[in-house]
Amino acid sequence: MSEKRFVYADHAATTPVSQEVLEAMMPCFTEVWGNPSSQHSKGAEAKNLLEKARASVARSLACSPKEIFFTSCGSESDNWAIRGALKKANGRKHIITTKIEHHAVLHACASLEREGYRVTYLDVDGEGFVHPETLRAAIDDDTALVAVMMANNEIGTIQPIRELAEIAHEKGALMFTDAVQAVGSIPVYPEELGVDLLSLSGHKLHAPKGIGALYIRRGVSIGNLIDGGGQERRRRGGTENVAYAVGLARALEIAVERLPDMERVARLRDRLIDGLLEIPASRLNGSRMNRLPGNCNVGFECIEGESTLMLLDMAGICASTGSACSSDSLEPSHVLLSIGVPHEKAHGSIRFSLSHDNTEDDVNYILQTISPIVERLRAMSPIWDSQKNRAVDSANM
Amino acid sequence: MQYSEKVMDHFMNPRNVGEIADADGVGCVGNAKCGDIMQIFLKIENDIITDVKFKTFGCGAAIATSSMATELIKGKSIEEALTLTNKAVVEALDGLPPVKVHCSVLAEEAVKSAVADYYRKNGKEVDFDCEVSCDHCASCGRND
Repeated sequence: MSEKRFVYADHAATTPVSQEVLEAMMPCFTEVWGNPSSQHSKGAEAKNLLEKARASVARSLACSPKEIFFTSCGSESDNWAIRGALKKANGRKHIITTKIEHHAVLHACASLEREGYRVTYLDVDGEGFVHPETLRAAIDDDTALVAVMMANNEIGTIQPIRELAEIAHEKGALMFTDAVQAVGSIPVYPEELGVDLLSLSGHKLHAPKGIGALYIRRGVSIGNLIDGGGQERRRRGGTENVAYAVGLARALEIAVERLPDMERVARLRDRLIDGLLEIPASRLNGSRMNRLPGNCNVGFECIEGESTLMLLDMAGICASTGSACSSDSLEPSHVLLSIGVPHEKAHGSIRFSLSHDNTEDDVNYILQTISPIVERLRAMSPIWDSQKNRAVDSANM
Repeated sequence: MQYSEKVMDHFMNPRNVGEIADADGVGCVGNAKCGDIMQIFLKIENDIITDVKFKTFGCGAAIATSSMATELIKGKSIEEALTLTNKAVVEALDGLPPVKVHCSVLAEEAVKSAVADYYRKNGKEVDFDCEVSCDHCASCGRND
């Protein structure tokens, strides 16, 4: 056994704030601390930094600064996009989304259902893809909004957003994509995607927690979520978090610069997937080809995810699981269930999410460490023996 | 998940893991759909539990509660084993997060179900309740 290392492989959960981002933010705490809405020079300098940050975010997304609105997080952006779109829907009362969205979208839709809106949750295929024809079949003249995430947080599946947006627009509905997991990992240009609304979050790309943004395409009118002063061109009340907006802008610049390095991350991911699939009775969740470069989600039969995570953590590896036992709801991941993974197998799924910070040695360490952990838990599992025999039997047939 | 040191100890170093080939009583509760299954094997001589082993598929708390339950009944009489409550298991582990208390219920039921198996094998009437009433998640009651 090699020496114990610390390997953070949970970048889809959150990322550390990078040194460069921190340095960009610091002056906002110490010098440029004014309120951007103030009339005096102290306010003006803060306003100036805020607008520079907005212009920078717009450059990173190849859109106009007028289309960028800062929010407090990805969930706020998601809620604003959905609720805001319905407020200006000219009486349309139908939302279409998918069964594998983030809870920020699913729960916002569920609460709108309770308020009398109609919601269709589209099925996805075994790899997590939304098929354009399922959208075509569900959409009608009452549909106000189509909300489909750009890339899934658990299994990394990247959706055909452009095609889906075309279908939404044919019926006069708005197209929203939750791009929280995609931005910084793959190229994301809202105009190219043809979306009306797009959400992103800072802490997934080395900016701090507590900052997000919503892209609202020029000419698209949505209602407010937070009423207040005249901030964000009267679209979002609340004194602007200048430091964090600056941090988000810098983090996004760096992420876009480093996009070519994502090919290296994807190679690491592929090595990790290949190595994990060498463990008997394991399966890849999601698509082999069309997935986020850092995402690896593998299920191990007959063991449970939380105990696997605990043993990984003891060995210095941070990952996450779709198991019910790690959540308060005691229900396994809705994403895994939606792609057809049975309950009993969903409990044993582990997600590793890699980033630029990870190395070949990290992947080697994960692979060395996890095999004995899986063996150890299987030796303790009352269902492993019969499962193993079945696997051997079918291999011999 | 915040676990006590005792839970971590029993998870990392579980006591009495394994099977007993010629067990006098075997109990198995839970199901894979819910994410936990506990199996308990008893060796019984003159109404005393002389040996006990377990196998568990489940989370850290499920493994720790199984381990603790086997420790609590080892060397005890059957009557004493039947008085083991899930609360006693939780207390012996210095507490469990509320969402994990059902694991201790499963441990209590695994012990009862193993004793019931022993009773049945020996033609004794099972005069206690050992049915698993697992209502902690929506998975139960759902049929494939």
